[in-house]
Parts: sequence; structure tokens; C-alpha cells
Amino acid sequence: MGESLRSPISSPMPLRASDLLTLTREGLYCPLGRFYIDPTWPVERALITHGHADHARRGHGSVLATPETLRIMATRYGEDFCTTRQEARLGETIRIGEVSVRYAPAGHVLGSAQIAVEAGGVRVVVSGDYKRAPDPTCLPFEVVPCDVFITEATFGLPVFRMPPTEEEVQKLLDSLALFPERAHIVGAYALGKAQRVMALLRKAGYDRPIYLHGAMEKLTELYKREGIALGETPKVVATERGSLKGAVVLCPPSSIQDLWSRKFPDPVTSFASGWMRVRARARQKGVELPLVISDHSDWPDLCRTIRETGAGEVWVTHGQEDALVHWCGTQGIKAKPLHMLGYGDDGEAEPAEAPETAEPAPGEAA
Amino acid sequence: MNDFAHLLDRLAYEPRRNAKLRLLGDYFARTPDPERGYALAAMTGALSFSEAKPALIRGLVEERVDPELFRLSHNYVGDLAETAALIWPAPSPPPSAGEGQRDGSEGGDGRALSGNGAPLSRPLLTQGLPSPAEGRGNGAGIGHNNPPPEVPTLAAVVETLATIPKRELPGHLAGWLDALDETGRWALLKLVTGNLRVGVSARLAKTAVGALGEHPADAIEQVWHGLEPPYESLFAWVEGRGERPETLNPAPFRPPMLSHPIEEEADLEKLEPEAFSAEWKWDGIRVQLAGGRDRAGRQVARVYSRTGEDITGAFPDLAEAITFEGALDGELLILREGRVQSFNVLQQRLNRKAVTGKLLDEFPAHVRAYDLLAADGEDLREKPFAERRAALDAFVAGLDHARIDLSPVVPFADWAALAAARADPASAGAGADADAIEGVMLKRLNSPYLPGRPKGPWWKWKREPYRVDAVMMYAQRGHGKRSSYYSDYTFGVWREAPEGGEELVPVGKAYHGFTDAELIKLDRYVRNHTVKRFGPVREVAYGREAGLVLEIAFEGVQRSTRHKSGVAMRFPRVGRIRWDKPPAEADHIDVLERVLARGEREVAPGGGPAPEEETA
Repeated sequence: MGESLRSPISSPMPLRASDLLTLTREGLYCPLGRFYIDPTWPVERALITHGHADHARRGHGSVLATPETLRIMATRYGEDFCTTRQEARLGETIRIGEVSVRYAPAGHVLGSAQIAVEAGGVRVVVSGDYKRAPDPTCLPFEVVPCDVFITEATFGLPVFRMPPTEEEVQKLLDSLALFPERAHIVGAYALGKAQRVMALLRKAGYDRPIYLHGAMEKLTELYKREGIALGETPKVVATERGSLKGAVVLCPPSSIQDLWSRKFPDPVTSFASGWMRVRARARQKGVELPLVISDHSDWPDLCRTIRETGAGEVWVTHGQEDALVHWCGTQGIKAKPLHMLGYGDDGEAEPAEAPETAEPAPGEAA
Repeated sequence: MNDFAHLLDRLAYEPRRNAKLRLLGDYFARTPDPERGYALAAMTGALSFSEAKPALIRGLVEERVDPELFRLSHNYVGDLAETAALIWPAPSPPPSAGEGQRDGSEGGDGRALSGNGAPLSRPLLTQGLPSPAEGRGNGAGIGHNNPPPEVPTLAAVVETLATIPKRELPGHLAGWLDALDETGRWALLKLVTGNLRVGVSARLAKTAVGALGEHPADAIEQVWHGLEPPYESLFAWVEGRGERPETLNPAPFRPPMLSHPIEEEADLEKLEPEAFSAEWKWDGIRVQLAGGRDRAGRQVARVYSRTGEDITGAFPDLAEAITFEGALDGELLILREGRVQSFNVLQQRLNRKAVTGKLLDEFPAHVRAYDLLAADGEDLREKPFAERRAALDAFVAGLDHARIDLSPVVPFADWAALAAARADPASAGAGADADAIEGVMLKRLNSPYLPGRPKGPWWKWKREPYRVDAVMMYAQRGHGKRSSYYSDYTFGVWREAPEGGEELVPVGKAYHGFTDAELIKLDRYVRNHTVKRFGPVREVAYGREAGLVLEIAFEGVQRSTRHKSGVAMRFPRVGRIRWDKPPAEADHIDVLERVLARGEREVAPGGGPAPEEETA
């Protein structure tokens, strides 16, 4: 990426980025390749960045995604989640219509990828959701130089500086030491966050069983099959909840305030999320032990990633777009918000609240 | 300071009263004097120093962070101190190895993230340099070559604040902010702005202190007003190392007794009319008048607000009337020629900072007394209401002071009779004062005076609010518990448009009256029906066909020069959400004009337009 690409007025290009990707009701569309990226409605051909429910929906004709993402979709939706599927190998260039497409790791959750779309010397990178912080459960983010970088901005405000995850996990371990008689109920998104918390606990030397809500089970088994060591993770037996003194129990965020979690011995309500950075957000959820662990880029990482791609133009899909667009302006980078709906509108809901997490797990009506 | 901050942090998230007590008790037991005493003072609001204004904090942050990014962050977080604490760049950055680098092609001489000590302040930002706000804990340059600043103790902070001249405050504050961690910064900013409310009442903190020596909270309360931070004598006493501290304040504050609302008439059926006394509920402010003699025999007079704040200075006209020894509980009202003025009028006095002779003449303060807590050295709070009331009648008659009179008892035979009095106070004995009455109070005849809000002895039964069907026009994010939800709604009613036809004109803003579940639906509605965005404000679709009707309940209407409609409502809140009602059928502004006509005659002499209560 030369300097000239940074300036919107120099060296007119045969193609404009808007010829490569345009915004439609269904989401980002590539007219030259006749495909959508992470469409929010069923379409004929979809390229999927990662397995979270708001990005990976069922009912498309053909789906191109990393092998891990395809397996996640099959686990969530069943093998018939689309008509035909095609595996995208990381780093491999795939020709679709008049464009070439390349997948690169995004560091968000297992199998997550950015998608670079290129034609006529113009490259646009759709980052999907991404993070730069280390995560033992997925490949690290790879910087893909580009002309236009399409970024999320879930935590796109300078108040979001995420602390090291080790400190946050230590908070949980400290609380376990302080209240050895109380069960610690940790809300975590079923895909990605839950497994990351488990892996971090193991890394910190916690070797006791980590109990799982039924909604966590299938995806955790999938992670284990993909070769990620998470130790012993028994499913909570509804009738034995009362005996789980001092246990760590992982459940979907929607369950932390449920009757389900009240049956544990004097539960401490915890939640692992980047949202926990803001007190009011923790209190709104009735959280007593907030753990600031995020699968999205924090503010410094959003800024540094934009700089590192060398992009002369940035499109912001969803989240706190205003601040990031403003910051780009101060850096001489052209930027615009896409105001995309359907991706955790305004970042209010961390995406990843999978449909199945709303369903009660078998045998826990109580 | 960090220790205290972490206590506050844990308290803020801890919902259980007993767990809070344990956390407080644990902190008081292991923290030495004077640190714990200042902590107690901070939590009970007993510290006095010239507080830092929000503008000062904003200024300090904006020297370090792009103001626009700060503004957006503040809108999102909804709390200035927390925003500043989170966004504050740490003074000396760790070298950020492995981070990519945008070259200096825009003409800069370095970049913040490399921590090269370039003095990055705001003016440079406009040249397109990376903002320190983007950096991970980094304020490049500021204090970079100095050793890390020393973390201050709470005692050092409090003592410094009490002694330094105001102009030195920003420098000290910035130094402390550099030294503290995120939680420490948050607590410090809460403290210096006088907003240290973190889920602990003064009462709870005193309870925890008492528990160090098995003293009840009331025992602490009794000696409290004679004590000064850092309370070394108090801790010595509760820990059995010293004598009970002598009460020095001859006119102490006594925590008031509060009431519960009667939500509907059905609530009354569970109560026996003969067990209660009724009186008018005055639309003023609750005060306590306390008087006594100090050791030198001089009269001490204090006017306290409901929360125990000493407001004597603002009401010298009332303080003069405290010629007695004892404590009266009553309502502060403005009386002119013996007639109680509306809350609009009282508000004008409350809003003035300077207490001038003219103000005292135009807005003479009175107290309409309804309880007697102590008289001539005797604490009456244990006595039943009926006895206190009889003593009050005699006490006020004995005072014979024009500024203090009795709130009359409203006689009633049954709930129907009381309902009739509430509906029409003028014909039930209130006469011309009726417009300053906002309902009736019920007090159980045999109940003692209990601090706090005990359920059962006292009830308030407010008059019916006015109601209007309005259409949501704009929504804004809320604060505190509701930060980031669209919870503040500007609504409008129909009026004739200048160019013919009808248009919606905004008439007020409401941010409560709905449940949390309804809030989530309203928030969703706003997001799905946004047509324009102005920073934190969203305009939603509205018109004859599109729009959401909100039934707004309110207490009154005032003239307003700030609203395009010329009217402003008092205490507007969402009564019901009318998902079913077409916006074309919302009310016309005539409805508000009629309510206004009723109260118009109350507008004050000489005072400009009445202030708007919802912004006060």
C-alpha cells in the first residue's frame, strides 16, 4: 500500500471500493462476485466471517466459510443449515465471479476470519468482529493491508481499554478464595467467550471441574474436538445444583438472573464481557463480580489496526461508530458509518447471543 | 486511597445489606486512623472542602484527550467521573512493542504509542497526530521522565483539599489522577465533585461503625452531630478505648420519618380509618427546625433539609424564628398575606443563590409544622403520634411566631370522606391554600417517630395527576442505571400549524414511569424508528400516521420561554404506553392551556418566567 492510496484525490483508480462492496438490505453485497458477506437475510450465496448468530444465519443457498465456522454452523443449526457449503482455507485466494477473495484470521472466536475482496487493484477488507488481545482458543488476528478497511466498533470509544485477561480471571479466583462456600455463576456467551474463560482458568492453574449450563455443552464439545484443551467440564445436573459450593458455573448471560441460577448455594453473579468496563452496564444486569473480558477490539486496538492496514478509507459497520469516524478524521483517514442493522444494533447486545441459549437446557425446569 | 476506592467499588456492586455491612466493618477494623475516619466522613457526606466543578474535570481531561471523543464517551457512559476515570491516560506508557506504526507523513514528529516523550497535548491533535486517548494507558510526555507519582492516602487528599487555594486544585488533582488506578480515579473524582454516593447510606456506614463495639446505629446518631472528621474519639469509644464523645451540637439533625404512597384506593381498604389522623400534603420542601443553647448559653438555630443538609444560611428569615429548644418537622412554604403560594413561587426562591433583602421580602419563608421531635431537652420521638401532635399544638401556640404555624388536621369519618377532601381541599377547609396542596397524609395515631421509611405508619395519598396523550418525538440516552438505553423521551401534542393544518410541538420530556421491561421495548422502538441522529439524541418517526403515543401524567403546567410550545409541565412521567393508539388521536395543546389557565394567577411578582422544574 503506497502513500498515494491514502489520499482520496490522487491517482484515479479503475474501480472504486463501492463497486466492490455495496450496502443492501441484506447486508454487504459484492455485485462483481454476486455474493453477500454476513447477510442478515437468507441469500443465494453468502460468505461468512464467523459463527456468531448475527453473522452466520441459516437458510442461505451456498455458504463459504472457514472449516471451523462451517462446523460451528452445523452444530448450531443442524447439517442442513444451507444447500451447499465450501471451505475457505486461510490465506488461499478464491476466484468468485470477477473478484478474488481471501480469508485471514480475525482473532475473534474459533474459525473467525476477515474477508479480503479484491479486483482491479483495489482491495477491501471486511474484518467481521475481531480482536488483537491474545486468546488461547483461536488464531491471532492478521493485518491485511488494504485500501478500504471495513471495521466493527463495538467498543469504539476511548473509555474502552480492556485490562489484561489474567487480572480479570484472578478476580474470579480471589472471590472463590474469599467465598469458598458460594457458587460463582459466570455469564459468558456460548460461542467463544465461554471457552476462552475456561481456557484462561486452566492457564491460571484452576484444575477443578468447570460446570456448564446445558446451552454451553455442544459448542464446548466442538472446541474440544478442534483440539482446544478445556479440562473437565461436566454439565450441571439440575437436582445437584444445591451441592455445588464454591464451584465455577458457566451459563449464557440470559441465565445469570434466572431462577435456574438461584438454586445454587448463595450464588455470586459474575459476567465476562467487555461491557463490564462500564459500571452502569454491570449494574443493569445485576452483576456483582464484573469480569472485563472482551472478544472485540478495544479502542487502542481499533485505532492501531486501522493504522496498520494502511487503509485510506474506513467504513464502520456497527457499534460506537461516531467516535471512530471522528478519530479517523483527525488522522486524515476518510471514514463513514454504515449504520448496519442486525449486528447487535449500536453494540447494545454483544452479538453471540445464540438462539439456542434462550432455550432451557433439558432437565432444568425448576 | 486505592484501598478506599476498592471498598467503594465492591460496595457499589454488592446488593446485600449484610454483605455491605461486613465489607464496611472489615474496612473500619483493619484501616488505621485517620484514614478510616475520613472514609467514614466521605460516606456520610461530612467532608467540607471547595468541590471541584465538573467543568474543571472536563478541562483536565480535555488537555489530554480529544474533546469530541471525550464528549461521545461521556454521552455513552453517562457519568462524568467514571468517563474521566476510564479515559484518563496513564502518565508513563510501557513501550508498546510489536505495535505497528503509522509513519509521520502528516507532518508530525513522532507518535503517541511509541512513548518517545513528544509533548502531545491538544493543539498537536489538530495537526493529525494520534491522540493520547487512543493509547493504551499512555499520555506520552506528561510526567514521562519523572518517577511514577506516589499514590496518595485518602487522608492526604482530604487534608490537601481543605487547605489549598482553589487555583492549586487542578494541579493536585491531575497529579493524583496520574498516580491512581482506574478505580482510584473514579473514587477520587466522585469525592472531589461531592458525588460520593455508592450504595451506602450514612445510616449504613454509622451502623457498621457502631457494630465495631456492638452499639446500635442510633447511639452513633446521638453523638454524631458533635463530632468532626476523622472521628478518632468515636472510633476510640466504639472500640472500648475511650469515653463516649460529648455531644457538642445543641441543635442536632434528627433523621426524618418518610411515608409510602397509597397507589390506589383499594390499598385503603386494608387500613382502619379510626387508627389514622389525616393532614394536607403540602407542595413545599420538607425541613427540620432545630434549636438549642450552647455552653455559653447562646441560642443556636439550624434549618436542615430532609437529608440533613444544613440550609440555615439560605433561610435567615426562618432561623430567626427558631427561638426555642427542640426540633420541629414541617413543610417550608412561601406565604404572602397569609396565603400559601404554589411550588412555582417557592422554586424561584430556591433557585436564587444570593439571599438578598429583596428576596426575603418577596418570598417570605414559613414553616407549616406537623411534628414535634424534641422539646425543652426531651426527645419525643418514642411517643405515639397522637401525643406528639397534642404537644405540637401547644408548642406552636406557645411560640406565637408569624413564621411558624400548624398544619391543620383534616377530620374525616371514613375513606370516602377523606377521598372527597382530597379531591376538593378548598371545600374541606383548605380554602384559598388549596392550590398548594398535593394530596393528603395519613399518620397512624399510635406510631412512634421512626427514622427512615417504615412500612405502615405513614402514607401519602397524592391527588390525581393530570393526563395527556402525547406523541414521542425524540429520545435520548439515560444516565446512571439507564445509561445507554434510550430512556428520556421528548413528546409533543398537536397544534395549529402556522401554514395551516396541524403539527406536533414538543411540550416536555419524561424519563420515568415505565418498568424495566417497558424500557427495553421503548429502547427497541426508538432504535427501529430512528429517522435522524443528533449526537446522543435520536429523532423518531412521528406524524398523523406514524408515531408512538405516550400517556403522560403530570402535576401542573407553567409558562415557558424555553419550549417552542410556550408551556412546560411539572413532573411529567409516562403513565401508560399507548401502543394501540394512532398518533392522529393524541391530544391538542388546548388541554395544557386549560390546565395552565388554572394556575396562571400564581405567577410571582417581579419574577421572570417561572423556572422549569424538570430541569432544576
